[in-house]
Amino acid sequence: MEDKILDIIYLIGSITFIIGLKGLSHPDTARRGNLIAAFGMTIAIAGTIFLKRNENGEAFSTSNIVLIFVALLIGSILGVLGAKKVKMTAMPQMVSLFNGMGGACAAIISVIEYQHSFKMGDYGYLGTVLAGLLIGSISFSGSMIAFGKLNGNINDKTIPGQSIINLILMVALIATGAYLTTLQEPSMPLLGMLTLGCLIYGVFFVMPIGGADMPVVISLLNSFTGVAAALGGFIYNNKVMLTGGILVGSAGTILTILMCKAMNRSLMNVIIGSFGGGSSGAAAIGNSALGTIKEISVTDAAVLLSYSKKVMIVPGYGLAVAQAQHACHELETLLEEKGVEVKYAIHPVAGRMPGHMNVLLAEADVPYPKLLEMEDANNEFNSTDAVIVIGANDVVNPAAKKNPQSPIYGMPILEVENAHNVIVMKRGMAAGYAGIENELFYEPKTRMLFGDAKATLQKLITEVKAN
Amino acid sequence: MESIIAFLSQNMEIIYILILSVFLGIEVISHVPSVLHTPLMSGANAIHGVVIIGAIIVMGQAEPDNYLALTLGFLAVILGTLNVVGGFVVTDRMLELFKKKKK
Repeated sequence: MEDKILDIIYLIGSITFIIGLKGLSHPDTARRGNLIAAFGMTIAIAGTIFLKRNENGEAFSTSNIVLIFVALLIGSILGVLGAKKVKMTAMPQMVSLFNGMGGACAAIISVIEYQHSFKMGDYGYLGTVLAGLLIGSISFSGSMIAFGKLNGNINDKTIPGQSIINLILMVALIATGAYLTTLQEPSMPLLGMLTLGCLIYGVFFVMPIGGADMPVVISLLNSFTGVAAALGGFIYNNKVMLTGGILVGSAGTILTILMCKAMNRSLMNVIIGSFGGGSSGAAAIGNSALGTIKEISVTDAAVLLSYSKKVMIVPGYGLAVAQAQHACHELETLLEEKGVEVKYAIHPVAGRMPGHMNVLLAEADVPYPKLLEMEDANNEFNSTDAVIVIGANDVVNPAAKKNPQSPIYGMPILEVENAHNVIVMKRGMAAGYAGIENELFYEPKTRMLFGDAKATLQKLITEVKAN
Repeated sequence: MESIIAFLSQNMEIIYILILSVFLGIEVISHVPSVLHTPLMSGANAIHGVVIIGAIIVMGQAEPDNYLALTLGFLAVILGTLNVVGGFVVTDRMLELFKKKKK
């Protein structure tokens, strides 16, 4: 009886996950969708604790239930604290951290179930357990490295021939896993080695990938953990784990591909890191052949903006790093009060992950309709008097359209060069992430405004007020 | 060959679920606007925390003297909870921002 009720609870749980993901497809329903999925998760967890019966029809022992609740409590407190404390700009690494926890959880389950699987003598089951271990531990160590890199604790490192080493390691791991399924007795030392190998692979996998490609990797690892969870569903013949895991696995894969498309790169290219790694160091710019760089003073910039009819703000990674979203919104309201029409042009990969910029601007209370997606923005640049590019570089580089030799050729960009005036706020003349020159800076209509995005915006606000 | 067919027919129900879920996941995501990609990644991240159910089963069915299963299970439940709770709370925090300015 309890088992049947539990099945129904799992069914409801699976449905809430689907509704939750579906709800996330619109800003109005997204929050409710998330809460619905959270509710489904809660009943699935509670149902498992109280209604799950073993093969002999016995419930969990009271002492084990107490231990489970202690673990749930510890996890909840740490989870809520971490989630509430994290700054909006640090969101990507937080997602990566939580993802790693899920991967580790899946790997641990596999380690425990490994011995159990021999008692059952079912080799399909054993293979599933090992696959869960493989994927879960790669997801864990990979996510931890991604977290460290986004947090600035770990730098990009590439060993020569890394992709070949990775390939050999992967083959070795799969071979070890396959060999393990042929054994008649469990071998813990070999399992330990396999786990260690997977953890190392995860590190090698993420290590050479450059900072701007990190979101793609996190999304990929996210779908890995989803698959690991689904394998758990196979192990326990548990439908809610299966549907939840597969949903995330397939959704994560599609999301990864969408992100790659937005950057005009193939997934292979991101993983091998042909221009991702190595070149992230700032290649010096200042090529006189392209013309000269013209600076603008804060006062002149303030005048230009105050007397424009229409201003477009192009926020980028630099704005996120400088935490300048509030200052940016203040400038926007100030200009609006002066009768200037202000809008934001958001490149799909602006910020640290897709949609990140929207979250940051939402945090600063920028009204939703003011955020233009790339295509809409490109239609409006012709009629825009002034564009302010804040800490963005590659996403406004005309080389993506004009220069077939450029590594970013073909990437969709914001065509800011069509506006009448362009003000580029940058910390200095360092190259963007792709490490290439930006012709935009040498255009006659472009003026550079150097300095920290937040400090410069604040100076600009003071000047605009004085106007 | 025969064993493969046997495996498929034994697990037919699960294979149906698997295939339908794959398409459902793709279908649902392809309608998400790019503005919501970050909360979406985070929300999906919370959902795969469903792996915690496995950890709870391991933990709940562990024999009182099986310290390996108890210790690892305990750890797994903590990690799984972090994934679930942290994931949902972070997602909610982000989505709250989208909602506030709608008024």
